Amino acid sequence: MSGYSANPRLRWTEWLPWIAALAFFFLMPGYLSLGARILIFILFALSLDLILGYAGIVTLGHSAFFGLGAYTAGALGAHAGVTDPLVQLAGAAALSALLGLATGALILRTRALTLLMLTLAITAILLEIANKWTSMTGGADGLSGVKVGEVLGLFRFDLYGKTAFLYCLAMLFIGWWVVRRIVYSPYGAMLTGIRENAARMHAIGAPVYWRLVLIYTLSATMAGIAGALLTQVNQFVGLNVLGLEPSGDILVMLILGGVGRMYGAFIGPVVYLVAQDYLAKQYPEYWYLGIGALLIVVVLFARGGILGMLDVFTRNKKAL
Amino acid sequence: MYSLETRKLCKSFGALTVADNIDFRLEPGARHALIGPNGAGKTTFVNMLMGALAPSSGEILLGGENVTQVAQSTRVRRGLARTFQVTSLFRNLPVLDNVALAVAERSGLATRLWRPAYSHKEVIAEARELLAGLGLAGDAATRVADLAYGKQRLVEIAIALGLRPKVLLLDEPAAGVPSHEAQKILMNLEKLPHDIAILMIEHDMDLVFRFAQRITVLVQGVVLVEGTPQEIARDPRVHQVYLGEQAHA
Repeated sequence: MSGYSANPRLRWTEWLPWIAALAFFFLMPGYLSLGARILIFILFALSLDLILGYAGIVTLGHSAFFGLGAYTAGALGAHAGVTDPLVQLAGAAALSALLGLATGALILRTRALTLLMLTLAITAILLEIANKWTSMTGGADGLSGVKVGEVLGLFRFDLYGKTAFLYCLAMLFIGWWVVRRIVYSPYGAMLTGIRENAARMHAIGAPVYWRLVLIYTLSATMAGIAGALLTQVNQFVGLNVLGLEPSGDILVMLILGGVGRMYGAFIGPVVYLVAQDYLAKQYPEYWYLGIGALLIVVVLFARGGILGMLDVFTRNKKAL
Repeated sequence: MYSLETRKLCKSFGALTVADNIDFRLEPGARHALIGPNGAGKTTFVNMLMGALAPSSGEILLGGENVTQVAQSTRVRRGLARTFQVTSLFRNLPVLDNVALAVAERSGLATRLWRPAYSHKEVIAEARELLAGLGLAGDAATRVADLAYGKQRLVEIAIALGLRPKVLLLDEPAAGVPSHEAQKILMNLEKLPHDIAILMIEHDMDLVFRFAQRITVLVQGVVLVEGTPQEIARDPRVHQVYLGEQAHA
């Protein structure tokens, strides 16, 4: 779904997520805060898919950027008196981009297990900073009292989460559009080349390292925006946006949906967060068991995730 | 000025010396072969020429310029290209994309982030032309992994040509293919533009003597002898270490 042989024309199925999201908005007004949360994690998963699915960078530290974005928006709203949501997003995006560039330049010369450990170390360091720097982050109590003004000075965040949902939907739409352009671009094709065979990319003259640093920075920016959205919707930031756990969660969501397919990043968070919401109500102590079982089934029987399963199904139908 | 030159090139891994003061010259437009028994250090030599491996000492000159410290990607942009002994392709991508990626890198379009690759018609047209020239026009949409090995060897060459090299290093272009397909590869090699200087590393003596105008024999990292195919075929030392060994086998 990328490269010189892939027609970038929009297929009708690509409108389905947006139709579904609008239908959800009108039909399930009681679940809009869960809905906004799902949209945010889709954006987060999409940013991960860009580097994992297309460029082949395996990371357990993507929460570093999500968390930095979340705390940046939080600090701007709670301490600096910057309440305009779009300015908060811009601040979060800028800092996440900087962190992406700096850490990417440091670690992307390594590969595989070393890279994995380094990404994990970076988010662990950020978690420790957030934990200790209580005057800025509120430490373990979290950062409350984050003030978020009207979107464009017009739309106030209401109690029912209508504004929040549509605002997140708009941001996800923009993020999706950008990712889609990149995936279908020569840059996207070149990234799949690196994922497929990095040695070969070197031999055709690609400075692989710099190419990876750029896409890592872009992905970090997007993850930071997703984190900032979560802060704005909750008007609160907790330590659970940093460290191994959120990194692992987003990885599981993406694998569940399907890696390197763009829309796997849409399916995964929906299934994961709805299952989490349902299971946590039914079995508050054992809900992770359900998620674990789901993941085992996907990894054993559907290596391409849920979308990969659908692929096999439609191919079989065509064969008949 | 030589297209490619090495001066006293050395490489050792610990106590093992795999390149020992190699002085090598490739004339513009040359058809040159590098032969030698297994473990002679031929692929190591290619890896050093490309910049995939740093020499322990010595110099590498590309078009008269010292490139010993220059990164592989920069050497490629200055006109050096290679094929791999064991095919090294983008196996899950279509044949067309394999070549288009190289064409895009060479023409500086590979970093474009916005306009779809699909609408870069000039890149696609050039890739198709290269494939057609090698008799692969009908395979453009096929995934490389589903392609016969002989054809994969040709895709290797198409990718290298997509870089419009001045110097082309062919690391055993016919390795692992049956002899009738090796003939097809040789036919295609003979059609390559004459301004490209080509260094071929090959085990198949038949192929070497038909293709090369000059031959260098490498034994345990040392250049044993260099000359025309006739001289090499007559040389008793070559018979002893190389051709003799084959006659026994």
